[in-house]
Formats: sequence, structure tokens, C-alpha cells
Amino acid sequence: MLDPEPAAVEGLITMSVPVVHDVIIIGGGVVGVTLARALSRFDLDVVLLERDAEVGFGVSKANSGIIHSGIHADPATVKGRLEWPGNVGWLRLRDDLGFGLAQVGELLVALAEGELATVEALHAQGRRKGVPGLEPYRQDQVRRAQPNLSREVIAGLWAPTAGVVNPYEAVLLIADNAARNGVQVVTSEPVVGIDPPVVDEPDAPIGVRTPTRSWHGRYVVNAAGLYADEVAAMAGVPTFTIHPRKGEEYLLDKRLSGLVTSIIFPCPTETSKGTLVTPTYDGTIMVGPTAEATDDKDDTTTTPEGAAQVFAAARRLVPGISPRDVIAEFAGVRAVAHTEDFIIGPTDRPGFVNAAGIQSPGLTAAPAIAELLLDVLSDEGLALHDKDDWQPRAEHPVRFAQLSTEEQAELARREPRYAQLVCRCELVTEAEILDAIDRGARTLDGLKFRTRIGMGRCQGGFCTWHCMQLLAERQRVDLPAVTKRGGGSWLICERDDADARPSVELGG
Amino acid sequence: MTISSEPRHLDARYDVLVVGAGPAGMAAAIGAREMGASSVLLVDREPDPGGILLQCIHSGFGLHAFREEITGPEYAERFFEQVLDHEVDVLTDAFVMDVTTDRRVKLMSPSVGVTTVDAGAVVLAMGARERTRGAIHIPGDRPSGVMTAGLAQKMVNLEGYLPGRRAVILGSGDIGLIMARRLTLEGVEVVGVFELLAHPSGLGRNIVQCLEDFDIPLHLSTTVVGIHGRDRLERLTVAPVDDERQPLMDRAWDVDCDTLLLSIGLIPDAELARDLGMRMDPLTGGPMVSSTMETSLPGVFAAGNVVHVNDLADWVSQEARVAGEAAGALSTGRMRPLEDIRLLPGDNVGYVVPHTISSDHNQTVSFRVREPIYGDTQLRLGQVHRRKLKAAVPAEMITLKVGPHLLEGFTGDALRVDAVPFDADRDAKGGER
Repeated sequence: MLDPEPAAVEGLITMSVPVVHDVIIIGGGVVGVTLARALSRFDLDVVLLERDAEVGFGVSKANSGIIHSGIHADPATVKGRLEWPGNVGWLRLRDDLGFGLAQVGELLVALAEGELATVEALHAQGRRKGVPGLEPYRQDQVRRAQPNLSREVIAGLWAPTAGVVNPYEAVLLIADNAARNGVQVVTSEPVVGIDPPVVDEPDAPIGVRTPTRSWHGRYVVNAAGLYADEVAAMAGVPTFTIHPRKGEEYLLDKRLSGLVTSIIFPCPTETSKGTLVTPTYDGTIMVGPTAEATDDKDDTTTTPEGAAQVFAAARRLVPGISPRDVIAEFAGVRAVAHTEDFIIGPTDRPGFVNAAGIQSPGLTAAPAIAELLLDVLSDEGLALHDKDDWQPRAEHPVRFAQLSTEEQAELARREPRYAQLVCRCELVTEAEILDAIDRGARTLDGLKFRTRIGMGRCQGGFCTWHCMQLLAERQRVDLPAVTKRGGGSWLICERDDADARPSVELGG
Repeated sequence: MTISSEPRHLDARYDVLVVGAGPAGMAAAIGAREMGASSVLLVDREPDPGGILLQCIHSGFGLHAFREEITGPEYAERFFEQVLDHEVDVLTDAFVMDVTTDRRVKLMSPSVGVTTVDAGAVVLAMGARERTRGAIHIPGDRPSGVMTAGLAQKMVNLEGYLPGRRAVILGSGDIGLIMARRLTLEGVEVVGVFELLAHPSGLGRNIVQCLEDFDIPLHLSTTVVGIHGRDRLERLTVAPVDDERQPLMDRAWDVDCDTLLLSIGLIPDAELARDLGMRMDPLTGGPMVSSTMETSLPGVFAAGNVVHVNDLADWVSQEARVAGEAAGALSTGRMRPLEDIRLLPGDNVGYVVPHTISSDHNQTVSFRVREPIYGDTQLRLGQVHRRKLKAAVPAEMITLKVGPHLLEGFTGDALRVDAVPFDADRDAKGGER
């Protein structure tokens, strides 16, 4: 399991004769990797191009991590149609791949008489969509179920099908499994251009350019998230625009674990499902998100206004929540299309297919989006022949902290590095870190999202250096080459020639 | 990196097991052996004993313990020599995963795997951890280049790299002040130190020796309100704060820098204590302890920064020696002192350690004032003891020796510790209750 050689970075150096791939997926977010895995069932040559240093570094890692119950989105919309089948699809993915997903259920609550109609409407909508197990709760039932909720709550709707997932862990395992089944996953490979159609040759492959080379695909799926409108424009089909909408999230100290045991929803507003109180898969409480339109697709700043808004709203639901308990905060940007719906389907450019505008409930819908895209690609002429040797199951990374003492002792006997602690807050061992690097972690954030190092109370204060050393050693690079999340996110510089270190404007 | 995965033997039971081999743990292990413990195991998670001392290459250590000024690594080395002289069993690269109330200790290490050891007494000496950005939640981006001062200290002093080229330090805690000097000496431009409070958090000597001597500006009542930079830190927004510590945004300004070091305080790294369910002090964040540093769980002791954050390693070692001696004595069957007097933080006192004292023996009481008093200060221990100080500031821990002679005539069950301006003291009534 612990290969002393650095993991082979497949594809990065595959040059020579232009290869025509069956499908090029642009974007390694949850939509891209879920599609990649779906396509890996078939006898196809698939490549996935991701601009960031690792997959899942965009919207997919910065969201609420909720698999929605299925009641929320209007079934007249595409997102509404895909929400419930997506929920079901996640359970299958979990059973195959073993990432963390717990069906904790959701409790939608009404704080005023005026909201009872909304609760009833969502109940009716959920029933229409076939979501099982829905149950209206009276005030006393709400209190029994969640005693820490506000006394102002007058009624609720219980939806047991909602779940929480580690979105980054899921994306990584899905991508791993796709790669194991032959999909070429290429990171740090931003798409900078798409060649215009060849005149009189509508079936010619589509040329996709990155800074260093060109890729050719018979079909190209645009799963570029926030940048999907720009990619569509590159392909000559600028039919939609993406309007980023930021959401801030705040994680609370583990001390509050158990404050709520299901996802608590307020009644929704026009633009958002509101501020939720979520027991994350890892046992922390998360509050958020906000919903702010922003001009900037990379705007992942948290703001004092956002924090004030989140905590005001969260405390209406759960009064015991306080900003004092924040241990970490982040923001993600929803890729909202001008239509406010998913844009999934073929375009006027033959072979170019969109999977765009994937806003909430996009994470939930992802498995259903992948299935829909298979239909779209098939309709467009892609032949889907089952592969005999498809391996749906993944070898799941060891989570030492979650094993019994006997299992831990047995692992440590086999491999002493399982007894070498790296992260004391989340109990992550050196063997787990090395395995994550072998599975493709290239950056500190990549290690963090795969293994939870640095996510605990010390926020990496104690283990950062050890992790940097392991990243450098395993990849055979110099320590200063290790970054937080790729690009210009350098961590340290040399004493002597530190002036040579690029990318930061110093002055003033 | 070396991993000592050579298999090695551990006994199934030790009289005393000490968790953490920093200035507290080493002193506790020595104390335990001196008071008769026949077997002592000292466990540390790092490859070498010494804890944070190893990265504190500045001088200022040992003035009390050795009557001379030495560096952190020298201080660690001297203690470690004594540890070895006292035939303490030392296990490094080892992490204590769990301690049960009957003192069964689960630990892991490449050299012993995952195993359990029974202990007659346990001393918790895990030290403290630094508060992080999350604790004070600064809005903005999350670029690289924002780190605790202690991590930067490790990078520079132990590993020989620089955290960046142009640094700002938030918080005037001692580690931040020492790093301001260190970075300046290493050729990093230190733009300034920003402190939310109206007074510095670090020791006065460090303000002079680390900032003033190097012309590094200290901005009091000012804090960081924004972090900017997609990949690497590029710029901070800083703003003065009002009396309620709320930022005055109309007076905010920007500072270009690629590095932000956080020196915003330490918190006892007391998770093991919390997991054990012992009584904790919300004021210190550490366990409550008796005059011999025993926690609310019989046979489990705690000492040093895991109990309360000290300003000097020397104090830590002194306190831990008390804990180690008591643990050693207990393991040989000697009785505990009678702990029948509670100590309570009173006027202008942030916390008091220990939480109970005994009229049986001499003990040291440590505390910090909440607000600085720059002038004659009256310390009161109930009505049994008064002492005058020239000044009292939160940055400097105050200690009182309390012996049986002071407590002879005392019949109550609690004593309040007050620290007030001398004039105010004349009008105030006594603190006994």
C-alpha cells in the first residue's frame, strides 16, 4: 500500500501524435468527476481537464455538504426533476465508494403562523415528487426531536431522506474511482481556448487548448462551474451567463457536537433556502450559508456582514449558537445561470454539451446530472458499450481515528507509520498522509480535504511542517515548492535567494 | 525526518506516567523519581524531548532554575540530562491517545505500535497551543502566508526557512514579539505589531528588547480587519478600535505584506483532560487543580501551560516539580494533604491557580490581573495576607507563597484573591467570605 515511489502523474507527459478522445470533460468538480465515473463504465477514452492543482478545489469543496431530502426544488424545473433521483444516486455512490455520508434527516421549521403555509406547500411538493417518510411535526414533536431549537418554533416538517456528506472526500473518491477505471484525470490544466469548428467537417473532433498543449475530443462536456459561460463562449455558443452568488459558512467548535442532530432548515426565501444549522458528517456544527450576488467568480472572502447575518439567522433557530464558537470559516460561490435553472444538454455546436448553472441543489443532483448527460451524449451519437472489467468499488483510504483499538494495533504492527502521529487534533497518521499523496494530493489543502489534517482546533499550527515535509519527500521536490493550494500560494522561502520568489508585489 | 521505529520494550505498569516532555513534563518526571517513584515513563509526541523549548533559541531562560540566562534548547538539555540521571524511561515519537479514569493509558508510537500501559499516577503536561485565525475570525480571503507565530518560529529556527519577506504581526504576545526580532535579524521586513488591547500582552522586557531596539512600531488599540490575497497574502486592512474594541472602519488603512503572524494568545492544550471528564476552569481553559496540582480525578495531576499559561518556562518547571513530587509520593502510598480551602478570583483578578490550598504545607499561588495597574497595587488573600506591589499588569503572572503560618487562624472554606490600586484598597472592605 505504501509505495516508496512518488505516484505517477499520468497524462502530464503524454505528448506525440494527436490522440482523439471520445469525451473531454472540462472541469473536475462534483459534476465533472461524477460524469467521469459514469462514463468509465463504458468502453470509452475519457479525459478530464481541471484547472486547479487538484479536483474538487472549486465550488465542490466550499458548500454546505448537504444531500437534500428531495422536497425543495420545484419539479417543473430541471433542478427540481433531478433533486430526488440525485439523492438516491448518492446512496449508491456511497455504497460503492464508502465515503462519509449520513442520512441525518432534515427538519424544516416554522417560526410564525405565516410560515405554516410554506411548510405545507413543501410537504405537498415532496409528496408529489415521491420523497418518502415525510412527516409534519407539531411543536411538541419538534421539541422532542431537537430540544435545543428555539422555543419560537411552532411546527415543522421532518424529511428523513436528507443527508450530510464530506463533499471533498466524495469528489476525491469518485475521481479516484474514475481514474482507476481508465479516465485520465489531468490537473493544473486550465482550458484557455476551444478551436472553431472545421468548415464542412461537422464531425471533426473539437480541439481544446490549454497553456501547454491541445486536446482533441469527439465530444466535449462543459462542466466548468463558475466559468461554464466563458467556456461555452470559447466554443462559439455563448447562450447563457453565470451570475456568481456567494455563500459564507461558519464551522463551530466540536464542543457543540450534538447541539442539533439533523439539518435544521428555516422556511425558504426567494433566493435561498435560508441559513441552515447543519451537523456535518464529521461531527461539527456548521451554520450558513449567506446568499450574496457578487461580480467576482473567485470572491471567496468572508465578511463581517455575512457573519452577522448568519449568526442572527442561526440563533433564531438555535439560540445556543454563538460567534464565539467559530473555529473556521469559508465562502463558496454558487454558479447560478441567468435562467436560475440547470442548463444541461446539447448546443448548436455539434459534440459540445453543457452541464452548467449547477447551483443548489447541484451537489445533491450530481449523480442524476451524470445519468442525464449519458442520455444526452448517447442521443448525440456516443456509443455506450459496457466494459467487462469496470470496478465500481474503491479501496477506501484508512481512517485510523475511526478504527477500534484492536484494528489500530493490527495496522501499526503491519506498518509502523500507522503509529506515527501527524495531526494530533484529528488523529491522522503518517501512513494516511502518504497514502493521500499517492492518491493524488499535491498541496496542503489537498491533504487537508483528504485526511482532515489541520481541520481541528490547532488549525494546522502543529502539523503543517510535518505535512510539508511529507509532500516534498514523497513528490521529490524542494520544500519551498510545496504550496497551500497550487498557483501562487507558496508557503515558505529560502533565506539566501528569497528575492527570487515570484508572484507577490511588495511595496508601499 | 527520522522515525525511531526500532521496536522497544515498555513495562506493563509504571508508578508515574508523564504526558509531554517539555519544561513541565521533564520537571515532573524528575520530581516523581526524587519522591520515590520506582518507575517513571515520560512520553512525548515529537522525535526529541524539550517541547517548544527547542524552537526558542533566544535567551531569557533559566534565570530562576539555574541562576543564569540560557537559551531554550540549553534549558531543555540541562533538564533532559537530569531526566536521564534520574533513570526516567523516555519514549518519544509517541502520542497518548487516551487516558481512562483508572489511569490506563493508550498510546501509539512506531516503536511500540498501539498499546496500553497502566500508571499509578499520571501527570498531564501537554502545554498550550496557539489561538488561530478562526478564534478571532478575521474576515477576508484565505491565502497562504497567514500562520501562528509559533509555526513561523519553528520554520525559521528549526528548519532554516523564512515564512515570507514582509511581515505583520497581530498580537503583542511574547512569541510574536520574539518573532518580530528574529525575522528582522533574518532580513525579513517587519512592518509592525498590531495589538487590539490598549496595553501590550507580552512582557515589558520583550517590548524593549524585541521592538524598541529594532524600531519596529507597536500599534496599540489597533487590529486586523481584512485579509486580502487569492493565493498568497498580499495586503491587510487594519483599523483602530474604540473602547468597546469595535473597529473604527472610517480610520482603517491598508498594509502591504506577504506574511501575517498571529500572536493572539495561548490556550491550554487540555483535550485529554476534557475527555477524561475532569473539572475544568473556564477562566484558564485548563483543569482545576489542588495545591499539589492534582486534578479532580484522583491520581491524575496536571502542571504547566496545560493548567494555565505561564510567562516563563522556569515557573512551569517549578510548578510541575510540585506535581511530579506529589505523583511520586502518591505512588508510594503516602497520603495527600488536606485540601480544604478554595481560592476564588476576586477584584481585578483573571484567574487563580491552584483552585484549592491546604493549611498543611507551603504552596505557591499564581494569578494574573485583569486590567493593568501602573502604580502601587494591593494584593489581598482574603483577610489573612496583604502585599504591596509597585505595579501589576496582565502580561506578568504574580505569585504568592502561602504557608501554614498564614492560614493558622483561618476557619473559613474559601479565600478571595484581589489585586486593586492601593488607594482604592483603603476604602474597600476585606475580601473574606
